[in-house]
Amino acid sequence: MLEIRNITKVFNKNTVNEKTALKKLSLSLEDGEFITVIGGNGSGKSTMLNAIAGVFPVDEGRVVIDGVDVTRLPEHKRAAYIGRVFQDPMMGTAAKMGIEENLALAFRRGQRRSLAWGITKSEREHYCNVLEDLGLGLEQRLTSKVGLLSGGQRQALTLLMATLKKPKLLLLDEHTAALDPKTAAKVLEITESLIKRDKLSTLMVTHNMKDAIALGSRLIMLYDGRIVIDLKGEEKENLTVEKLLKMFGSISGSDEADDKLLLS
Amino acid sequence: MSLNFFDLLGQLPGALSQGLIWGILAIGVFITYEILNIADLTVDGSFCLGGAVCVVLILNGFSVEISLLFAFFAGLTAGLITGIFHTLCGISAILAGILTQLGLWSVNLAIMGRANQSINVNNFRLLVSLRYLQEVQNGDLPFYWSPILVISIFCVAIIALLYWFFGTQLGCSIRATGANINMARAQGINTNYNKILGLMISNAMVALSGGLLSQYQGFADINMGRGAIVIGLAAVIVGEVIFGRIFRNFALRLFGVVTGAVIYYTVIQTVLWMKLNPNYLKLLTALIVVLFLAFPHLKAKIASISVYRKGASARA
Ligand SMILES: Nc1ncnc2c1ncn2[C@@H]1O[C@H](COP(=O)(O)OP(=O)(O)OP(=O)(O)O)[C@@H](O)[C@H]1O
Ligand SMILES: [Mg+2]
Repeated sequence: MLEIRNITKVFNKNTVNEKTALKKLSLSLEDGEFITVIGGNGSGKSTMLNAIAGVFPVDEGRVVIDGVDVTRLPEHKRAAYIGRVFQDPMMGTAAKMGIEENLALAFRRGQRRSLAWGITKSEREHYCNVLEDLGLGLEQRLTSKVGLLSGGQRQALTLLMATLKKPKLLLLDEHTAALDPKTAAKVLEITESLIKRDKLSTLMVTHNMKDAIALGSRLIMLYDGRIVIDLKGEEKENLTVEKLLKMFGSISGSDEADDKLLLS
Repeated sequence: MSLNFFDLLGQLPGALSQGLIWGILAIGVFITYEILNIADLTVDGSFCLGGAVCVVLILNGFSVEISLLFAFFAGLTAGLITGIFHTLCGISAILAGILTQLGLWSVNLAIMGRANQSINVNNFRLLVSLRYLQEVQNGDLPFYWSPILVISIFCVAIIALLYWFFGTQLGCSIRATGANINMARAQGINTNYNKILGLMISNAMVALSGGLLSQYQGFADINMGRGAIVIGLAAVIVGEVIFGRIFRNFALRLFGVVTGAVIYYTVIQTVLWMKLNPNYLKLLTALIVVLFLAFPHLKAKIASISVYRKGASARA
């Protein structure tokens, strides 16, 4: 479904601030596979997701989605294949627009936007149904401005928008990190059920090791712009936080402090 | 030098018609400032461009309608140029607008051939003119010649059209581009294309307004656009401050903006009637805009200070 081959990303090239965030990173994701991604701060998790989504061009390597080489496609064209949820709840929705308007925008992801009216009656019913499935009561507030919603509600809505039109690839970048634990659990639950229902190929970045172990069919760990751990099947199922920390320690040669950082 | 109230009253119809013309300018500014979240300074240039194109074409024997249509297209082009500077060339929106505005100064001079061109209302059948307003008031012309009526029809038609457009899939995607550009891109919206489109529509409105004003006053002048952006902003802000709480519907908000322009122009007329030196008008306008723009910010500041005070006194 997704194949990234040898991608390298250098920020601020040829300056004192030069930083190679991704180093010849390769990864291939099967159809319907759900990968959780962990790694310390600055290890390149967000950069990897952004490189896939086309937020910036990469310096080297190729990105192939479902057999289509998208390396040279701009972000808005790649969006036809990709659903995304960001860490910042403000980023995934337009606060000044209504709930149904936001959904309508997402419903036409990857399609030409014509001069037909923005929301039809049958679409509105559809939105009502999918909102009802969320169980947050948002179906009662179709025309409310999204800016009035809480962070958790906005994240849930963003998730819905990312999956309203089934994406070939779902990219979640610490999408529960800004939420309180209870809301985070709820949003994670919604995430899981959506992914299961539509068998979505997913990359989910998280800082929570327990979540990373409990969810998904495969786990990768990034360190300094490379994938250093890649576990699936039985290995993944029998994983514990302690085992993971030990593995990481032996790879990075790091001590307690780094492990704490990783856990944070 | 006493103030004659009847003088002021007599000026009100004039203020209304000119305020309505500015209302169309304000709608243009609304599209960039409120919808696209861009401060577009092309406006000063495209306002004059609309006036220049309109007057010169009329002088060359084109009909008023065709001349206005060309003014509209000239505005579209001005917006296109700023849009290209901003998106394809990566110049900041404000600077892109300033550059187009500067360039338009020469273009406008070239179009007019000199600093101003006038049209004699006796020789042409215009769409709107100050003269018609007077003659309708004197009963020399039937009511449907009244510029107030004609420009009102323009305003209603424009509001209806824009209401429809910004409700379409494309229009919604332009609103999304201004509301949250990251989200827009993530949803597959070509934000560069949309910004260009928004800038084009905005400047077309502005040029149309310039074209109407040049007819109304009977001339186009190279300086007629100076400060147009601030006038437009003033109208938008006055409209949003006064009607923002009542009007949520998009069409009503546009109506509020037009009303804002009329109110603003009437205030200016009143101030002039009070014998203020006209040289101070721009200063006054700038101060009004600063005041309104700063208001929400200052209000929040004052609120936080008073909360702090209360906290301090509670502790004491
Ligand atoms: N736009 C940018 N400009 C310059 N450097 C950047 C940029 N984005 C990321 N970097 C650098 O690239 C490296 C990887 O950053 P990235 O955001 O991918 O880390 P991350 O794994 O997502 O970390 P976190 O867990 O903190 O989100 C960091 O050193 C960061 O400073
Ligand atoms: Mg990150």
